[in-house]
Amino acid sequence: MFTQTLTKRVLASPLVDLLTGPHGVDRYTELVTPTWTLADARAKVIAVRRQTPRSATLILEPNRAFAGFRAGQHINLTVEIDGRLRTRPYSPASAEGAPHIELTVGRHDGGLVSNYLYEHARPGMVVGLDSVGGDFVLPDVRPRRILFVSGGSGITPVMSMLRTMRAEGSDREIAFIHYARSGQEACYRDELAAMAGVRVLHGYTRSPEEGDLDGYFGADHLATAMPSPDAVYVCGPPALVEAVRKHCADANWESFVPPVFGVPSEPSGGRIAFADSGVAVTDDGRSLLEQAEAAGLKPESGCRMGICHTCTLRKTSGVVKNLTTGAMSSTEAEDVQICVSVPVGDVDIAL
Amino acid sequence: MTVTTLAPQKSISKTVAGTTVTMTPEQADAFGRELDALKERVIADLGERDTTYIRRIIKAQRGLEVAGRAMLFGGIFPPFWLAGTAMLGLSKILDNMEIGHNVMHGQYDWTGDPALSSKTFEWDTACPADQWRHSHNYMHHTYTNIVGMDRDIGYGILRMSEDQRWRPYFLGNPVYAFLLMVLFQYGVALHELETERIRAGEITLADKREILNGIWRKTKRQTLKDYVAFPLLSGPFAPWVFAGNLTANLIRNVWSYMIIFCGHFPEDVQEFSIEETKAETRGQWYFRQVLGSANLTGGKLFHILSGNLSFQIEHHLFPDIPAHRHAEIATEVREICKRYGVPYNSGSLPRQFGTVVRKIVKLALPSRSAATAGS
Repeated sequence: MFTQTLTKRVLASPLVDLLTGPHGVDRYTELVTPTWTLADARAKVIAVRRQTPRSATLILEPNRAFAGFRAGQHINLTVEIDGRLRTRPYSPASAEGAPHIELTVGRHDGGLVSNYLYEHARPGMVVGLDSVGGDFVLPDVRPRRILFVSGGSGITPVMSMLRTMRAEGSDREIAFIHYARSGQEACYRDELAAMAGVRVLHGYTRSPEEGDLDGYFGADHLATAMPSPDAVYVCGPPALVEAVRKHCADANWESFVPPVFGVPSEPSGGRIAFADSGVAVTDDGRSLLEQAEAAGLKPESGCRMGICHTCTLRKTSGVVKNLTTGAMSSTEAEDVQICVSVPVGDVDIAL
Repeated sequence: MTVTTLAPQKSISKTVAGTTVTMTPEQADAFGRELDALKERVIADLGERDTTYIRRIIKAQRGLEVAGRAMLFGGIFPPFWLAGTAMLGLSKILDNMEIGHNVMHGQYDWTGDPALSSKTFEWDTACPADQWRHSHNYMHHTYTNIVGMDRDIGYGILRMSEDQRWRPYFLGNPVYAFLLMVLFQYGVALHELETERIRAGEITLADKREILNGIWRKTKRQTLKDYVAFPLLSGPFAPWVFAGNLTANLIRNVWSYMIIFCGHFPEDVQEFSIEETKAETRGQWYFRQVLGSANLTGGKLFHILSGNLSFQIEHHLFPDIPAHRHAEIATEVREICKRYGVPYNSGSLPRQFGTVVRKIVKLALPSRSAATAGS
């Protein structure tokens, strides 16, 4: 421990920064071991398990640059595929503060990174842990009666919350409804069955006879699981989130599938100035990111659905509309997510 | 680059080594389309191979640097000093040419790797990366060889074109050129200062305060590293480390100067006037890039150490495709040029550099007749 701290202090010293300039010490140490970096949070895959036929569970050992996450948050994971770094958000299933990060990745159509990880993740593989985000988290004072609802791979943030509360020795009353296609595809079934103090109900959409609940979420499922809970957390496909919010308006929610947002019926026709590049285009109604790319610019981007903030840029003037929330920005300078924002009139973007 | 299409377009014509090359607007368009198609094909093929290549070069560079500096600590023994200096010199050459110059062109931006990002990369030389990106990527690559716009023609201190009016100052052309070679990293660092405009009274030093601050910040750290910190760390061996670092920087300066001067200054490379490049089409822009650049012949290692700037023509046609791809497409580019009758200037380093030296000396004196100027 002492030598580790000493090494870290030496490597982080201004002298070493000068000696390794202009690249910085990480650009040297990473060549010895890819996870040996002070500033860049990275992790090594130490195990890959297959709990269900259509998912892979990865156990990651993060380096010391990783500052941790709160149960329910997502990590923007970076994976190199055919020479390109791809960043996608994944919610860990492991408990807050656990030494290893556990990710369960489901394969699905068009899921470039998920399918790659499902097929290629091996012990020894190194991934980037770009940033942590999301406000799908439990309050510090845990509610007395909590209902969790998840669908498919939406189970992971809920598992993180359950495991975190368990590690705390929580005495709260908890019910958990999880929907999967079938019993075979339900992740964490055995662990949930053995988890004391949690009322677990399974709903299987393709083989209802196997499960505890029939069909999709509705008033009857709510009544069976936990009538009038103090807090509801739902994570899954948009239809599930919508169904839960219909019955529990205050539900905290997160959806993994990109929301289908309508392009504004007509483009504003305003002038978009990408000021730093000296490029200006006339708004055609698509997102600022797409219009920037169409103009030959290469802004950074990640999820393209408005949750990872990789593409965030400074809007220096003008109004933009966020397509996921419908919110209009003010006219002042502020950071906007260009992948889900469209101009409302003239805007200046620092790109 | 001006891509505005203004009808009717004029034919373009240049006399290269006594032969006049003419292209009609239609020919120029077809020429441009063929080159565009070639570029699209390479871009569609980019992938793991390119990322692996540049990471291997980076690994070699960092390895040479660390090993070279370690050897110099034992530099009191001549073999160690020589090996250490050579390794550090090679490391700086790789860092500046095949890695720095090319990464900053955005050749690897598609990888999404922050360590290979043109926006943030910084190189091991006195010139701040952001200033380089403006003067080189934008100004030089857009206005290549247009006298009065491309400040790489003479860098504001040399007379490298007949079209630059002679003044008695230029009698010192060979001396300035020699000093620029030896101090090349500082010459490059001062590029954005536009000293010739300051001397001409167009702007004052105060207008360039921010540029100057940027140069000072970068040069200060580079100097502290090579000439203070590493020598002091070696204790009693400081003089050997200091001398090794100085020599390594000199090796890099001379090498990069030679390669870079061979890019646009050899015999028969064409210059252009602002007038003749007005309303240039994309095909005509490509035409200018070919006629305004010259290649160097050599082996694989030579190309890597030149940062593949030995494929200057390909680099100027497609500055943002990974440079190691230029060798692969050179045959095809040459074949396209041949079909359109566009001369493709290529020669060995001694031959090309010989003509550059001759030009430097010749242009120290006033042009013999007005007829040779602007031909």
